[in-house]
Amino acid sequence: MLIKLTGGTVYDPASGIDGQVQTLYVQDGRFVKPPAEGVKIDKEYDLKDKVVMSGAIDMHTHIGGGKGNIARMLIPEDHRKDPVHRSDITRSGCGHAMPSTFTTGYRYAEMGYTAGFEPALLPINARQAHMEMADIPILDKGGYVMLGSDDYLLRMLTAKKDQKAINDYVAWTMNAAKAIGVKVVNPGGINAFKFNQRQLDLDEKNSHYQVTPREILQVLATAVKEIGVKHPLHVHGCNLGVPGNVETTLNTMQGIGGLPMHLTHIQFHSYGTEGDFKFSSGGAAIAEAINKHKNITADVGQILFGQTITASGDNMRQHANHGFANPNKWVCMDIECDAGCGVVPFKYRDQNFVNALQWAIGLEIFLLVDDPWRIFLTTDHPNGAPFTTYPHLIRLLMDKSFRNDMLATIHPEAQKMTTLASIDREYSLQEIAILTRAGAAKLVGLEDRGSLAEGAWADITVYTEDADREKMFEKPDYVFKDGELVVVDGKVVHTKWGTTHIVRPDWDISVEKDLQKYFDRFMTMKVGNFKISDDEITEDGRGSLTVHGLNHVT
Amino acid sequence: MIRALNILNKINKEQRVTEITEVPSPFCGIGTDDLTIQVDGLSLKVSENGCAVNTPAFEQAITDTSARVDGKEVDLEVAVARAAELLRASNQPVIGGCATDVNGMRGVMALADHCGAVVDNMNFTAARRNFLALQDTGWMNTTLAEIKNRCDLLLIVGVDLEGFAPRFFERYLWNKESMFLEDTSRREIVYIGKAPSAEASTSPAGVKAKVLPCDDQDLPEVMAVLRALVKGKKTVAENICGIALSDLQAVAEQLKAAKYSVVTWAAGALNFDQAELTVQMLSEMVKDINTMDTRSSGFPLGGKEGDQTANQVCGWTSAFPARARFSSGFPEYDPFLYDSSAMLANGEADILVWVQAFNAAFVPQKTDKPTIVVARSGMVFAKEPDVFIPVGTPGIDHAGHAYRLDNVVAIRLKKCRDSGLPSTAEVLNAIEQAL
Repeated sequence: MLIKLTGGTVYDPASGIDGQVQTLYVQDGRFVKPPAEGVKIDKEYDLKDKVVMSGAIDMHTHIGGGKGNIARMLIPEDHRKDPVHRSDITRSGCGHAMPSTFTTGYRYAEMGYTAGFEPALLPINARQAHMEMADIPILDKGGYVMLGSDDYLLRMLTAKKDQKAINDYVAWTMNAAKAIGVKVVNPGGINAFKFNQRQLDLDEKNSHYQVTPREILQVLATAVKEIGVKHPLHVHGCNLGVPGNVETTLNTMQGIGGLPMHLTHIQFHSYGTEGDFKFSSGGAAIAEAINKHKNITADVGQILFGQTITASGDNMRQHANHGFANPNKWVCMDIECDAGCGVVPFKYRDQNFVNALQWAIGLEIFLLVDDPWRIFLTTDHPNGAPFTTYPHLIRLLMDKSFRNDMLATIHPEAQKMTTLASIDREYSLQEIAILTRAGAAKLVGLEDRGSLAEGAWADITVYTEDADREKMFEKPDYVFKDGELVVVDGKVVHTKWGTTHIVRPDWDISVEKDLQKYFDRFMTMKVGNFKISDDEITEDGRGSLTVHGLNHVT
Repeated sequence: MIRALNILNKINKEQRVTEITEVPSPFCGIGTDDLTIQVDGLSLKVSENGCAVNTPAFEQAITDTSARVDGKEVDLEVAVARAAELLRASNQPVIGGCATDVNGMRGVMALADHCGAVVDNMNFTAARRNFLALQDTGWMNTTLAEIKNRCDLLLIVGVDLEGFAPRFFERYLWNKESMFLEDTSRREIVYIGKAPSAEASTSPAGVKAKVLPCDDQDLPEVMAVLRALVKGKKTVAENICGIALSDLQAVAEQLKAAKYSVVTWAAGALNFDQAELTVQMLSEMVKDINTMDTRSSGFPLGGKEGDQTANQVCGWTSAFPARARFSSGFPEYDPFLYDSSAMLANGEADILVWVQAFNAAFVPQKTDKPTIVVARSGMVFAKEPDVFIPVGTPGIDHAGHAYRLDNVVAIRLKKCRDSGLPSTAEVLNAIEQAL
């Protein structure tokens, strides 16, 4: 089937196209050259005066894995506010803070998103994450495997194993868990919590292993680089949510010594201790540091006001914050000498000083980071807000007067503590396309996605220009996934199954000998049963694997 | 893997016994995956690491190979068509049992969504005691490997643990080595409520567990006092339901002194009214201990008859645990109203679909309503169901996934033999298609 998309205004930063009128052709799921004259066009869409971008990619969203399902189980009252009816082509479910898998797929697609990446794939729980994501329709998906609080790595560090051995372990784990990146959460802190440590600063030692978060970051960032994984080490830093953590975050950036590193939901790590409430914005300092350190990328983790639920691997910090649970119920888990999780419902309120300032800090960071290729649009779904708030967030970035109207409504003391009102920047459509498409595809290491160029997969979103950017972005005219029309006027009209993006870095076979011994001595399953096989993803006939390339390894 | 099985099948045809190692079990709930199974055609023999739960479950012979409608053997297609016809005529179907693997449960969910059924896992009335506590206040829990390597004090409340999982102590407490305990045989074991049925809890060094027996229905009172003692509250009674206050005080001190205590219970064994309040009392006590400069975790026992699998899959597809109704066109959860047994008994439901791929002993309840059974071969019925479709057992007849009791680890089930029986998922998907 040859599809012609005629005369749209195209924003394709990956190809350097910024608002030019172009006609695109799609065949067998991909963009193709204009056909020779006389070739029959099977279907034409007139996109005159429409805005055309590739499908959006959420590079950090909690859409698969055990903690998300705990979150679902914890808050039935939240689901009841947003029941989702089945239709002839879609399954029923629930929405709002932590939607069911099918609803997740539909709602992302209905906003023009065609891929989402689960950032916290615990190795031992990766199977569940993939099974959940296998039930998310339309979207492509993938995950970053979580390391850094696993006893195996910490034992290696205590035993002074060399970097090569760690590289092999990281590569082996990525293969076993079917990952496309590596994440570290509160480096070593989840482990330290099991030894009853309640905080762990960047240079503080794990009481058992005598290893610091800084050392963990260093070896993991090095491993990711040396095994050739394109997505830089994905870092949820120390001291999440702690006033004064801006210093830790700046120190983390400087301390990595130029290695590629992605700092996730950085808003939660950008707090000072100034002012009457001993809580202030570190947004400007963080943005300045990102501007300066070209090896650093970050996503914001914007908070937006309302009820949500926070689900994190960082059970040390989640436990410390359980007093804020709203409604007052929460779960923490220690998990399999591998990781942990903490699930705490939250209600962010604009008349709460801290919440109001968190909102402003996130926006400051968005607006003060100069390079749109190094900053990414996230709410750390569902932790800062559900992903369905993205159109509202885009409007806040693109529309200064709207932003200032909102600013005027938040807690007055918070207004005084932010420079937001003085920031004039408004994001352009091209910049939004970078944050949510081209930049995200590049950061994750996706080939042939996030672009409208010939040869790329035809994931396409078509919008109608509207000065109200929230309205514009919440209801695309059309969304195509792999060249198939899946959404019309913001409603799913057809469903399909996306692929799972992974990488397969090389590892030395000898690494498995030690792992086998370790599993037999200390773990609760055989190493052979731990590894996820390809057929587990593909055997149901819906799933598929897409293996992406690596950087050249010297 | 597939290739290995092909080779295996060839060997079978030559009438030679083959051995499969590292076989995971979906039956015991604790995820044992070190079984060795000898395969001789269709018959299986657990030759290593069997137990009273797993060995009979693996070794049960295939007796039914054909579907039946009204007691007559028919082709699978005929049985599927009849099942669809019965469901189309129904106003409120219930799908009970829900004891199957992840793909089977996906099939349950799709079918329920399509025909507006109630989905109700057979262990839900027991599991409800946990869910009510979880959804009211939450908990702090742990998993098996943490127990194996960290737990220095195990408090077992109201359950005979070795009766529940015969190999629990061998695998997770009396393991020779652990990462963080110098001598695993020095772990402390305390029972409150039911006493152990045998000696599995006696340490390799010969130290017997401390047992503070009481009746099940006295557990709420005993646990309330234990929590009070942990929190340093004054208690005037000297004897709590037959347990000396000083003995409970000693347990409270042990909990506070331990580095990583674990408190375990089985919702199914807390068989008294408002047992969710006891689960909550335990869970809140664990939270309290975590504010007293040490660590503690809860550990609910379950994982049998696919219960964790059902709750997980229902959880991600509907956002609710596995007692949900789909007849409004969207999922609705009510842990009391959508009890399928009650709905059948009082006439709110008009057809039962019973799904039980693991255990032929769990037959559907007696009802005068039409009954469709999709279950393990060998199920014997007091009253022949309208439709019976024997299916393969996940982890024996086909590969699949099942959740362990700790809810984090999904085990990859292997295919051990080529029985030709369809999977639960294949049958339920066919019925859904036929609707």
